[in-house]
Amino acid sequence: MRYMPHTEQQRQEMLQKVGVSSVDDLFVDIPESARVQGLLDLPNHMTEMEVDARMSAFGRKNLSPQNAPMFLGGGAYRHHVPTVVDHLIQRSEFLTAYTPYQPEISQGTLQALFEFQTQVAMITGMDVANASMYDGATACAEAVLMACRATRRKKAILSGNLHPHYREVTETTVQFTEFSAESLEPALDNVENLAGKIDKDIACVVVQNPDFFGRLQDLSDLADACHEAGALLVVVVTEAVSLGAVKSPGAMGADIVVGEGQSIGVPLSFGGPYVGLFATKQKYVRQMPGRLCGETVDQEGKRGFVLTLSTREQHIRREKATSNICTNAGLCSLAFSIHMSLLGEVGFTKLARINHGNAVAAAEKLDAIDGVDLLNDSFFNEFTLRLPMNAEEVVSKLAQKNILAGVPVARLMPGEGYDNLLLVAVTETVSDSDVEELCAGLKEVLNAE
Amino acid sequence: MLNNVGRPTRPEEMDGEVDNFETYTGNKALNLETPLIFEQGEPGRVGVDLPEPKEFTDRLGGLSREGNIGLPDLSEPQVLRHYVRLSRQNYSIDAGFYPLGSCTMKHNPRINEKAARLPGLGDIHPLQPVETVQGALELIYELGEWLKTITGMPAVAMSPAAGAHGELCGVMAIRAAHDAKGEARTRILVPESAHGTNPATAALCGYKVDAVQARPDGRMDIEAFKAKLGPDVAGVMLTNPNTCGLFENDVKEIADLIHGVGGYFYCDGANFNAILGRTRVGDLGVDAMHINLHKTFSTPHGGGGPGSGPVVFSDALAAYAPVPYVVKGEEGYRLQEQVEGDAQDSFGRMKGNHGQMGMFIRALAYMLSHGADGLKQIAEDAVLNANYVRVGLNDLLHSPYDGICMHEALFDDSTLKDTGVTTLDIAKAMIDEGYHPMTMYFPLVVHGAMLIEPTESESKETLDMFIGSMRHLISKAQSGESPEHFTQAPRFAPRRRLDETSAARKPVLRWTSSAS
Repeated sequence: MRYMPHTEQQRQEMLQKVGVSSVDDLFVDIPESARVQGLLDLPNHMTEMEVDARMSAFGRKNLSPQNAPMFLGGGAYRHHVPTVVDHLIQRSEFLTAYTPYQPEISQGTLQALFEFQTQVAMITGMDVANASMYDGATACAEAVLMACRATRRKKAILSGNLHPHYREVTETTVQFTEFSAESLEPALDNVENLAGKIDKDIACVVVQNPDFFGRLQDLSDLADACHEAGALLVVVVTEAVSLGAVKSPGAMGADIVVGEGQSIGVPLSFGGPYVGLFATKQKYVRQMPGRLCGETVDQEGKRGFVLTLSTREQHIRREKATSNICTNAGLCSLAFSIHMSLLGEVGFTKLARINHGNAVAAAEKLDAIDGVDLLNDSFFNEFTLRLPMNAEEVVSKLAQKNILAGVPVARLMPGEGYDNLLLVAVTETVSDSDVEELCAGLKEVLNAE
Repeated sequence: MLNNVGRPTRPEEMDGEVDNFETYTGNKALNLETPLIFEQGEPGRVGVDLPEPKEFTDRLGGLSREGNIGLPDLSEPQVLRHYVRLSRQNYSIDAGFYPLGSCTMKHNPRINEKAARLPGLGDIHPLQPVETVQGALELIYELGEWLKTITGMPAVAMSPAAGAHGELCGVMAIRAAHDAKGEARTRILVPESAHGTNPATAALCGYKVDAVQARPDGRMDIEAFKAKLGPDVAGVMLTNPNTCGLFENDVKEIADLIHGVGGYFYCDGANFNAILGRTRVGDLGVDAMHINLHKTFSTPHGGGGPGSGPVVFSDALAAYAPVPYVVKGEEGYRLQEQVEGDAQDSFGRMKGNHGQMGMFIRALAYMLSHGADGLKQIAEDAVLNANYVRVGLNDLLHSPYDGICMHEALFDDSTLKDTGVTTLDIAKAMIDEGYHPMTMYFPLVVHGAMLIEPTESESKETLDMFIGSMRHLISKAQSGESPEHFTQAPRFAPRRRLDETSAARKPVLRWTSSAS
């Protein structure tokens, strides 16, 4: 077995040194009736060549977006990741290090985290950010818990236009705590009276921008309403690239910003691992969940970085911790940070403009198709279409033509009467001919009905 | 002796002090410094060439971003060099021995990395029509089948994103099961040696944590456990092997006892590596256990994640498992994404999408590479290595618990008493010897704990060198001759000891421009 260095002779020498006659003697604490006799009912080990072939076979059964025009979003977006990013995150020293608990020999990870925290704070318009969460949806749930702690109140209001996964994860997370989360119905007409729901018992209002349907809204008035009542405004961003073009949540008065960072540097990978972003105001730092990296000096006075404020965390506070989180999204946050460093101010804002421009052009073309209506007044790189027939069927038929047309809204919001709605995302990876192909395919499917 | 250009080639012939020599750049040969990325930007540079945006009338609804974000602009080679320099300030398992107890720092095979990036696996979208992702669903399903076979459990939830998230999944299922029976139980029993995530998780599920003390042999005190049992006990969270590196040999009785009062048995699978292929937790009476794919099945730790923490369930809890999950049907695989139908008792959704697919791919590649024979060999070599280190050191360091250990060897600091050298100092001196330190001061139940987990990846030669080096350090510390050798360590790392106190007192969590 190529991964294990001992020879049989060495094993025998070591057993002798330990003072036992066979390896079985090392497992005598396992109750006899529960010991596995022989081997588990699984195949024996494979060569690397065999594993390679087996794994490639899984991949060949899927339709890769490399081979199909691709318009899926809904919280996960296909963007071009510069080659440098994947090369760097595979460096041994990043890939095969543990959490930086020994700062003297972990400055690489720590400085990268400090830079990540700064980048996230900058793009969200907030004071500080943590070193990442599992994903956007879990970050959203943690934001609600934090808002309840910070305000000493027990109830959160969730916008109906929040991504359903974010809503569901938040509801699941709070269900056994002393806190609760009330979700409003989705509002396709974009009229949602969140401000009217706020009273002295509300810890926070959670709202997504752009919302699940792709629409943008100014949240400044909602922020004022929250603050007037002593509640916090939690803003969710599921498409991080939008922050390069859209007014930042911080500038609109958000108290906590959470989001999905996958769009920057992280491959789609069928939904994970991704990287949850979590940013807030300086005054709430000690209420934050997750790891934080801070600047300090070493004994020679050189600048260095350490994990800090760990008295919030489970390994110190145990049942009184701000969260049970131990792991973060380490390598994905590094990928985010490297990609963001490559983009810089110029690249990030330009990337956002390209996305928006491509989406505007595609929306106009799609809206012009007979029977297809664009529902959005505003959007960034994703919008909702009303089709004259069931969107799931359309998507399925287009998939047979090797076109990945979008996300049927009803897949995530079943039972709301949204069967004909299709969510379409257009990023920089979508070419004009991809859009032509989608329009032609869509016309064909609709005309065949 | 001089070479042909007249330079001395023997160190003793060189003049002057080598130590503490400061260079103009602050670099020291291969130890290369790099400023913060924000200190390297210059407007006019770009690291990614992008096409020009289309001409468009903006549809942002009047919400265009105003003002600068403040991100620095660099070219690609500058960014590359920055991160290469950063990487060189990290220790890693690829570079050296990383005996960090309870973390299972084992070899990370590169075929797993390749597999995770294959077309059709690394690039597919989670919401593609299921008929276009049959291979992905099959992979998740097959990994689940492997986990069920290895643990002898009938059900598995794949979506938890890490170990602590898996714990949350397991305890939520326990809570949901009690709620379904209309039972409002309030306490959960947790041994005092548990990871901090256990009590933190129990608290998130609305339970009071009741700590159970340990016996002198390091296992949970079963008499104390019995005394705490009652109709208000929801369950027990037991790490097995436990955080002292010992197998809880009363585990079956513990299972019977907790079931006897209508509670459930949560097993923390953090240390599953030690028992792979030697026992199946299904045969031990466990109701739920998370498996850290990033430990046992070697998906890389990545400097602190991402992890993945699938949970196996007994029949008693299976119905409460979270959505989504993969269902194998006659016409292929599908996803159960909503709490309805067969999943109507599910406690809900814990994570966006379907789980940590990238980790699933790596873990399955790792399992296929090992097979039934290799998985068993993992446990045997991991346990052998830990015991080899234990007997190599236990005449100099005190083991708080006698006898055979599992995958990790635990020592306390009693033999360092009155030497002026602490566990922390030993750890920092290990850094100078070229090692990553062991886990220190955990578990909390052992004074000045040093927890050493070699894993199966390490050769006898590496272990012999490590034992020799530890013996050298411990003897030197015990001699009391030069405590500063330890208290001033590390000397050769990229940084000396860092001021963690002031970092926490006045937290600086981001860079800010000096202009602002």
